[in-house]
Amino acid sequence: MRILALIAVIITGAILIYGTQDMPDWADPQSPASTHVSPRYIEKTLEETATPNAVTSVLADYRGYDTLGETTVIFTAGVCCILILRIRRRHRK
Amino acid sequence: MSKEDEKGMSLIVKTITRLTVGLILLYGLYIVFHGHGSPGGGFTGGVIIALSFIHLMLAYGKEVAFRKLSEAAASFFVSLGAILFLAIALLGFTGGYFFLNFIPKGEPFRLFSAGIIPLCDIAIGLIVGAGLFAIFVALVSLKLEPERKE
Repeated sequence: MRILALIAVIITGAILIYGTQDMPDWADPQSPASTHVSPRYIEKTLEETATPNAVTSVLADYRGYDTLGETTVIFTAGVCCILILRIRRRHRK
Repeated sequence: MSKEDEKGMSLIVKTITRLTVGLILLYGLYIVFHGHGSPGGGFTGGVIIALSFIHLMLAYGKEVAFRKLSEAAASFFVSLGAILFLAIALLGFTGGYFFLNFIPKGEPFRLFSAGIIPLCDIAIGLIVGAGLFAIFVALVSLKLEPERKE
């Protein structure tokens, strides 16, 4: 089983390394990521959201849905920790 | 103070904590409220707010920190932040779609500007601050419990 797992890992790693050949160069201005939405965010942030901080405007306005998911993760973690503490306290009594 | 002196760290740490913890909390609040005008935002500010309470707990022990921010208060703030954030998102439906920036934007570089972004930052700051504090409390007390039983 271990040898099978090792083979699977090696094949997956080789495919991933082969896939990086098609990735755009580091900080390439012509890459799809920096020609599609990034320029629009940078150019329109000030007039659309009146926010000089582009990071916050993307986090809380353009990609608010994404932030909702992130906060759900932290909310779940915090609530679970509080639940664990409460269960322990009840057991002690 | 004599009973409290026995718990926590040494006098030097306690004195430095007493001087700095308020400034750390104030800095976290500043980062949350100015997230739209300067670098920062809900996540970073919330982490700094949580760190100020963690700092208090490390230096003075559990009881003093729980007197400032109890477990029930932490659970209340986590839930309040989550409800606030969802309400802001759902109120976008008044103008058309989810997460619409429905409040007038105002002038850039002002404290009251940018529509829902400061409100979102405050909600995220509440969730992250209280949530990280709760996580830290759970980690600390779950680590100490088994040693006491032996």
